[in-house]
Amino acid sequence: MSDIDILKIIKADKARKLLQEDKRFDNRGLLDSRNLEIKKNVMKSADGSAWVKLGNTEIIAGVKFVVGTPYLDSPEEGSLVLNLEMSGIASADIGTGPPSIDAMEYGRVVDRVIRSSECIDFKELSIVSGEKSFIVFVDCYALNADGNLIDAAQYAAMAALLDSKIPKLDENNNIVNKEYADKKLKIDLEKLAVSFSFCKSNHKLFMDATEVEELASDSRFSVGVCGNNVVSYHKGGGNGTFKIEEINKIMDIAASKYLEIKNKICDKK
Amino acid sequence: MATVKRPDGRSYDELRPITIELGIAKNAEGSCYLEWGKNTVIATVNGPKPVLPKHLADPSKAIINYKYRMATFSVPERKSPVPGKRDKEISLVSGQALEAAVMIDQFPNTMIDVNVLILSADAGTRVAALTAASLAAADAGLPMRGIISAVAAGRANKQIVLDLDKEDEDTEDAVDMACAFLMPQKELALLQMDGFVDKKECSKILESALVGAEKVYEIQKKALLDKYPVEGDIQ
Repeated sequence: MSDIDILKIIKADKARKLLQEDKRFDNRGLLDSRNLEIKKNVMKSADGSAWVKLGNTEIIAGVKFVVGTPYLDSPEEGSLVLNLEMSGIASADIGTGPPSIDAMEYGRVVDRVIRSSECIDFKELSIVSGEKSFIVFVDCYALNADGNLIDAAQYAAMAALLDSKIPKLDENNNIVNKEYADKKLKIDLEKLAVSFSFCKSNHKLFMDATEVEELASDSRFSVGVCGNNVVSYHKGGGNGTFKIEEINKIMDIAASKYLEIKNKICDKK
Repeated sequence: MATVKRPDGRSYDELRPITIELGIAKNAEGSCYLEWGKNTVIATVNGPKPVLPKHLADPSKAIINYKYRMATFSVPERKSPVPGKRDKEISLVSGQALEAAVMIDQFPNTMIDVNVLILSADAGTRVAALTAASLAAADAGLPMRGIISAVAAGRANKQIVLDLDKEDEDTEDAVDMACAFLMPQKELALLQMDGFVDKKECSKILESALVGAEKVYEIQKKALLDKYPVEGDIQ
C-alpha cells in the first residue's frame, strides 16, 4: 500500500465518496461492468491464445501443451497449470522481484473457477496410462492493470483454452513442434464457468472495480458461476466483511449476468 | 435429524469434538492450542511491534503478518517444509479475516505476528487455524471488536453437512465451504469454496455454517472465560 502513488490515494478517497452516492468516475452504475472485448488466436506461437480488454485492464493468455507424467492418484488423466504474471509492464506500481502475493492469489482464484467447473475432460488428455499425459499450461500476463484482474484473467484463460489445438505426437509420444493433431481441446460448454468479482466500500456493493476503486474498497468477493450453479467462492482484498444476505445477492447478480459473458467467451472470433 | 449418522457416528449438523487450551506457548504474548477432531493446531500472537521490512508499515493501521504452516508430518505423505501457493493464499486471506476482528486502527505503523502450525491435519485446517489464532489474539490482550469463529460446511453424499472430516471430503460429490464469521456480528470475514453446487443449496450450506460458527463461538467463549473469569454475563 505504501508504495502507491499519492495521486491514486487521493483519487481513491474521491471514489469512496462517489460510491456512497451510487456514483462512479466513469458514470457506470454500481452493478455495471466495463466494456469487454475478447480476441482469440492472437499469437501464432501458442497452442491457443486470447487477448482480453475489460475497460482499461488488458490481459493476454496463452496455452502450451507439454507432455508430462500423470499424477499418481490419477494415472489416466492430464492436468492443468494456471499462472498469472503481473510485471512492470502492467503498472508502474509493480516493482521487480519475486511474483507478488496478489498475482498468486488472483491466479489461484482463476485456476479454481476453471478447475471446479469440470468443463475440461482430463481423461481426454491421457497419452499412455500411468506414464504420459498432456499438461495444459495456461499463462496469463497482465499487460495493463486497471482493476479486476481476476475476472479479466479468467475470461482470457477460458477463451484461450477454447481456442487451443492439441499438438501432434510422434511415434515416441513427443510433441511435434508447430503441427497439430486434428482436434481441439474438448471443453464442455454446458459446464463452462464465469467469474464475477464484487467489491465493497463502506456498505456499498459494486462490481468490476477499477484500480482506484479497488484501493477505495474494504474487501472483494469473487464468485464463479455456471448458470444457476456456483463453482467457487473467494473472499479477499482486505479486512472488510460480508453479510450472508450480501453473498446471496452477489450469487443472484452473477447468475443473471452469466450468459452475456459466456457468449462473449465462446464467440468464434 | 439425530438418527441419521455419518461414517464417524456424528449427525449431519454435529461438530467434531473441540478442546482448547490457552497460553500454552510461554514465550508468546498470546497462544492457543486447539484439537478439533483429528486436527491439531498451535497458534501464537506477538505484537504490536515495529514493522520489518520498514516500507511495509501502514500509517493508518497495524498490519497482521499471518503465517499458516503445515508440519511435514501433518499429512499422510510427507509435506515439503517449503510453503506452497496454497499455504501462502491461506495465510493471506486468513490474515485479512483476523484483521476484521482486531482493532488494528489503534496501532498504526506496527505489525502483529500470527503464527499457526498445523501439527496434524484431517480436513478443515484453515478454519481450525483461524479459530485458534483469534483466541491467541484475545489471549495476547489485543483489543478486538469480536472473535473469529470459523467452521466448514458443505455437501457429502447428497446431504448438507457441517464440519467435514477427511472421510466426508473424500465422497464423490463432496463440496467444502470454509467460512469464518466475525462474532457476534455474524459477518463473513473469510469465505472459500470449490465445487459445483446449485444456488439454493449454496445458501443452505452458508446457513448451516453460521449455525456451526455459533457453536464454535460458544466453545471459544468458554475457553476464554475459563482462563479469564469475569463476574456477571457477557455476550
